[in-house]
Amino acid sequence: MLLIDCPYCGPRAEIEFAYGGEAHIARPAADVSEAEWSAFLYLRDNTKGVLAERWRHSHGCGRFFNALRDTRTDQFHAFYEIGMPRPDVRDAV
Amino acid sequence: MSGAFRLAGRGCIDTTRPVVFRFDGRMVRGYAGDTVASALLAEGRHLMGRSFKYHRPRGPVSAGSDEPNALIGVGEGGRYTPNLRATQVEIHDGMVAVSQNRAPSLRFDIGALNTLAAPLLPAGFYYKTFMWPRRFWDKVYEPLIRRAAGLGRAPTAPDPDHYALHYAHCDVLVVGGGPAGLAAALAAGQVGARVILCDENAEFGGSLLADTYSLIDGLACGEWVARIVAELERLPNVQLLTRCSAFHYGPHNMVALNQRLSDHLATPPADMPRERIWQVRACEVVLAAGALERALVFEGNDRPGIMLASAARAYLHRYGVACGRKAVVVTADDAAYRVALDLAEAGVKIAAIADLRPTPGGPLVEAARARGIEVLPATTIQRAHGHLRVTGAELAPVGADGTVGKGWRVSCDLVLMSGGFTPSLHLHSQARGALRFDDALGVYLPGESIERVRSAGSCRGVFALDDVLRDGVAAGLAAAGGEIGPAWTVMRQDAPGTGGFAGALPRRGPGHLALAFVDFQNDVTAKDVKLAVREGFRSIEHVKRYTTTGMATDQGKGSNVNALAIVSNVLGRRPEEIGLTTYRPPYTPVTFGAFAGHARGDQFDPLRLPPMDAWARAQGAVFEDVGPWRRARYFPRAGEDMAVAVARECRAVRAVAGIFDASTLGKIEVAGPDAAEFMNRFYVNAWTKLGVGKCRYGLVCRDSGFVYDDGVVGRIAADRFHVTTTTGGAAGVLNMMEDYLQTEWPDLDVWLTSITEQWAVIALQGPRARDILAPLVDGLDISAGAMPHMTLREGTIGGVPMRLFRVSFTGELGYEINVPSSQAQAVWDRVWEAGAAFGVTPYGTEAMHVLRAEKGYLIVGQETDGTMTPGDVGCSWAVSKVKPDFIGKRALALPALNAPDRLQMVGVLTEDPRLVLEEGMQLVPAADSPVPTSAEGHVTSSYFSPALDRSIAIAMVKGGRARMGTSLYAPSLDGSAVKVMLVDPVFYDPEGARLNG
Repeated sequence: MLLIDCPYCGPRAEIEFAYGGEAHIARPAADVSEAEWSAFLYLRDNTKGVLAERWRHSHGCGRFFNALRDTRTDQFHAFYEIGMPRPDVRDAV
Repeated sequence: MSGAFRLAGRGCIDTTRPVVFRFDGRMVRGYAGDTVASALLAEGRHLMGRSFKYHRPRGPVSAGSDEPNALIGVGEGGRYTPNLRATQVEIHDGMVAVSQNRAPSLRFDIGALNTLAAPLLPAGFYYKTFMWPRRFWDKVYEPLIRRAAGLGRAPTAPDPDHYALHYAHCDVLVVGGGPAGLAAALAAGQVGARVILCDENAEFGGSLLADTYSLIDGLACGEWVARIVAELERLPNVQLLTRCSAFHYGPHNMVALNQRLSDHLATPPADMPRERIWQVRACEVVLAAGALERALVFEGNDRPGIMLASAARAYLHRYGVACGRKAVVVTADDAAYRVALDLAEAGVKIAAIADLRPTPGGPLVEAARARGIEVLPATTIQRAHGHLRVTGAELAPVGADGTVGKGWRVSCDLVLMSGGFTPSLHLHSQARGALRFDDALGVYLPGESIERVRSAGSCRGVFALDDVLRDGVAAGLAAAGGEIGPAWTVMRQDAPGTGGFAGALPRRGPGHLALAFVDFQNDVTAKDVKLAVREGFRSIEHVKRYTTTGMATDQGKGSNVNALAIVSNVLGRRPEEIGLTTYRPPYTPVTFGAFAGHARGDQFDPLRLPPMDAWARAQGAVFEDVGPWRRARYFPRAGEDMAVAVARECRAVRAVAGIFDASTLGKIEVAGPDAAEFMNRFYVNAWTKLGVGKCRYGLVCRDSGFVYDDGVVGRIAADRFHVTTTTGGAAGVLNMMEDYLQTEWPDLDVWLTSITEQWAVIALQGPRARDILAPLVDGLDISAGAMPHMTLREGTIGGVPMRLFRVSFTGELGYEINVPSSQAQAVWDRVWEAGAAFGVTPYGTEAMHVLRAEKGYLIVGQETDGTMTPGDVGCSWAVSKVKPDFIGKRALALPALNAPDRLQMVGVLTEDPRLVLEEGMQLVPAADSPVPTSAEGHVTSSYFSPALDRSIAIAMVKGGRARMGTSLYAPSLDGSAVKVMLVDPVFYDPEGARLNG
């Protein structure tokens, strides 16, 4: 079970959280092309390495936040608030 | 002393406390401290089980958790537990144990005939034998495999025990209470770290429990262990857990332990859990898991009476048991010499020590020679003789080039083997630690891990006792951040062995029929592994799956390295080029009961009860589960079945009025200056123009354009909406609202609050609903003119605060009375009493479904399946054409979501008005459509309608709205097909006259 460091509450066990998928997926305006909208809906990187992803502290403060997690090792490199830019973390294990 | 092979004055058992238990129905006498295996061995009995595939007679190979052979069933009735290792099961008075995998008896087993068929059951025989003919699978192959497969049998009665779950946090978790683990725990504990030390055995000490030679600080090993344990017990920051196996190492240093609490007790306290799972989050973990001796692979190496040398030493010193009278020792490692010396000193005759090495030397070898034990260098074992018990060993010289000379037979009743020691890497590997091959030791050692973990002692290749103690202290200090730790002087110890052997022993001749076992538990032979490589398997992971080596419940503890070495030899590649298979949890099997813990029966899933649940029960309602809710399905009167009761309830609603507990509706309050803008963006509908006090049917889509949820929304104030959702969608809708509010529209000033539990909902539906309600609402004018359909009013009902919605899910004049849940029953009672004069009738979810289907109202999740657009379900009217954006807007313009042949919601009528279709039936073009055929649609809802006195159904049909008036066929499994007519889905009162009355 992962140990997740909620930026608002501190470290808590994974069972308190809900996963929110890849982060920094900008929702396009409603006038984009079909291809762009379909890409927004369905195309994800399936990253092997450091992935920016969303979590929600659903059984805690209820806030969404972002995390950098290495999908190879499950190690977290950063936790940061929604709206913040992705921290610069090298793709090192 | 009980047992002919028990040696007085030896072992840690308590000979003042005799224990009697049953094995296969026979009384066995042992002592407190014995295991089933040690007690049986004390009687001279090695035969304890039959093997998995060939039903070979088997006895214990080991004295611990790595035991692959001596698997037994323990307990009776609901407490029966199969596949326990006899080497670990502690005996107590009255215990009942049985052998497994044999019929009719352990000594004579029909299944052993499989051995004769061994040449026909090679590696991968499942894949080769059971391929064809296809029709044989169901009738012949599967029953055969099912009968033959598996070890033990599952208990048939419910488990009467309870199991506990415990979360714990610590600075340092030490796994393994041998010399390294004890040293690490004490070092960490003395510098103040919160320490948990666990060991899978009944007592701490590990290898020291079987070591009577070494001296630490002038103490015998057992005395030293007692001293260290006493020191640890005095430290309040150290928790000691015995009978506690660390079986899973998860991410971020979460380690799962399984503690066995009561199985070793004859009369455990009634409230004691049987086992407890510990989920330990440790800042640092020290693995002191020890090393496991390797078996040797030779013909007949599985005969009872053949065991690991270290096991014989453990039985001697821990249990005072001599495992035989006359032993042959076969070894490639010095440690076995110490075993031979100990056994000889205890009176066991050592017929010979066959050493695979050409020139064994050193103090242990010299000591053996000095004692007069025949040491045979460059000698191997060709085969073991005997059936139910080994009777002799065929020893043979092995040349420098590996050729084996002519052998000779040595009679014996015990063969002890030692291929050297394999560091136990299971938990390190589970912690995603890398492994590196050590050329000098010829084994894999732990490498780097991404977790905060370190190994200490023999599990990382440190074998000499003084080195092990120092390594343990260093690991404990490093984990705890300390600098000064305890130190001890080892005054006498054996030098660590050199040598070791892995793989199959060299053979004289081809040995095509030899059964030389690599994996005892899964009956995988050296020949199987070689065959797999010959057949083209190169990856060790593929060899593992093809042969099943290492896949038994022992997780390849004793077999992995031998299998690896055989593959390495056949391929002519070095072991490190081949790699090791992944170790998977659990380290040792864990019972389902322990995993379930308290989550069983009523505790499995919390039950949600609506406010009028007790009232419904008093009325004799029949209930159904709706997600986590238990809801009243119908209220049968005497003699009524469901159909009759539901029909009566439906007629009552249409004729007079019905009362219904709708409290499970999801409810969310959307409030704030930007509430209307939020609603505009979230729902497909437009909300800006919805006046205060008005309601609107709201539809939620995903950004994929597919319907996600629906429900009536009322505007309480300019900045406040009372949103309802489906019963099942409440949590999901709130999560989705929070998601968009927090991450897409942080500019909006809006609060979202779940109010599902706060507001109970009493639905009063039917032509007399207003007449019943009007006198109760404390002066509120609810006349048709003052409060038309789709409006809401705030007020009180008998003094209780109320949000009154005039809405309908039945097609009748109706109200949903929202009151605080705590006062809902009182309000319900008032409505119920007031309605009695009119004949108000309680109705349940089934009538609710029928009534809404008569009106063609969809249920999200019943008509929709996550791929339906608003247009598909006839709700295009709800979708705003003018809003610049809302969730789903862009997708709804995609051509694929507007294709004319999409599934569309229609009504369906059968020719026979009595015939009710099955929900889920497919609809096809013709009665005799060929099979397979592609369906034109499917039935989503189907009922008998009391109002229409005929069956009705709703279906999703390709291009359905353009096909009204045409026919399709609903085929049944029996081959017949029913002709159906596609019609408008609003079956009842299509003008809505009743609704607006």
